[in-house]
Amino acid sequence: MAECPTCGANITIPEGTETNQIITCPDCGSELEVTGPDAVKPAPQEEEDWGE
Amino acid sequence: MTIKIGFLHSVIRVEEKLLLDELRKRKDVEIVMLDDRKLAFNLGKNGFDVDVIIERSINHSRALHALRLFESIGIKCINRYAVANICGDKLLTSTALMEHKVPQPEVRVAFTEESALQQIEEMGYPVVLKPATGSWGRLISKVNDRESAESLLEHKRILGSYHHSIFYIQKYVEKKGRDIRSFVVGDKCIAAIYRTSEHWITNTARGGKATNCPVTPELAQISLAAAKAVGGGIVAIDLFETDKGLLVNEVNYTMEFRNSIDTTGVNIPEKIVDYVLKVAGEKK
Repeated sequence: MAECPTCGANITIPEGTETNQIITCPDCGSELEVTGPDAVKPAPQEEEDWGE
Repeated sequence: MTIKIGFLHSVIRVEEKLLLDELRKRKDVEIVMLDDRKLAFNLGKNGFDVDVIIERSINHSRALHALRLFESIGIKCINRYAVANICGDKLLTSTALMEHKVPQPEVRVAFTEESALQQIEEMGYPVVLKPATGSWGRLISKVNDRESAESLLEHKRILGSYHHSIFYIQKYVEKKGRDIRSFVVGDKCIAAIYRTSEHWITNTARGGKATNCPVTPELAQISLAAAKAVGGGIVAIDLFETDKGLLVNEVNYTMEFRNSIDTTGVNIPEKIVDYVLKVAGEKK
């Protein structure tokens, strides 16, 4: 169980989720980056050179 | 023999997840994750034990420089540095398209506010001002009259970093609410979508709706020509439909395809992985 760094909600990381995958907190909608089996951090903010 | 695939990434989005899932289905493939936030190069000294690199970084500048460094030590990259360099810069893309006689909207380039304004006045309104480097429709501006042009040019010069003063001006094409995104993998145009929006910016990242677009011979031909112009590989082509035929708007080298698999019925990650493994098996 990971804790959302924005709202403190308990988040279950779905099976098969990759390290560095972006998930959304079901409570507050924050975008989070998975950093380990039970760990998340706020997803990086969009930068000027992000894209395709 | 096991093929070692270096997977260059930062955050893992839907596209990267789909590619990783597809790679894991294949026999004799080992994935080596390369997070660009942890990556470091000791020039001439460190090596990477991979056969080929698939580039999926979200930052253009990191992808571009990492590809150059990987290629400098003899690692095959998809896409190649040269392709990333051209596709990451609209001015270079337009130049490559022109050199290969691929139809595109009228483009003019100027380096000062005064010369840019003069070019815009000659082209006639509306025009679109675009940063040479940028994606997802960020900071592109439709300019409808001289007052808007003067204001925008001044804002770009004063508020933007220096590369916003390389004024890339494209004639506005009336696209009647939609444009086309085609997908090229190697020597095949594998699929295409219409991107429909009530807004003049139709990027799916900005809310454009994707529907299937048949790959006609004309669409395949111009898509492959555009891909060849920028150096080939795996690219997504944005096109306008006009009375005079299709025009290439942009070419993207780290393409997003999450909205285009169910829409087109084409397993895009499977096609990409097939191509990566084919290139990995080719002699250097």
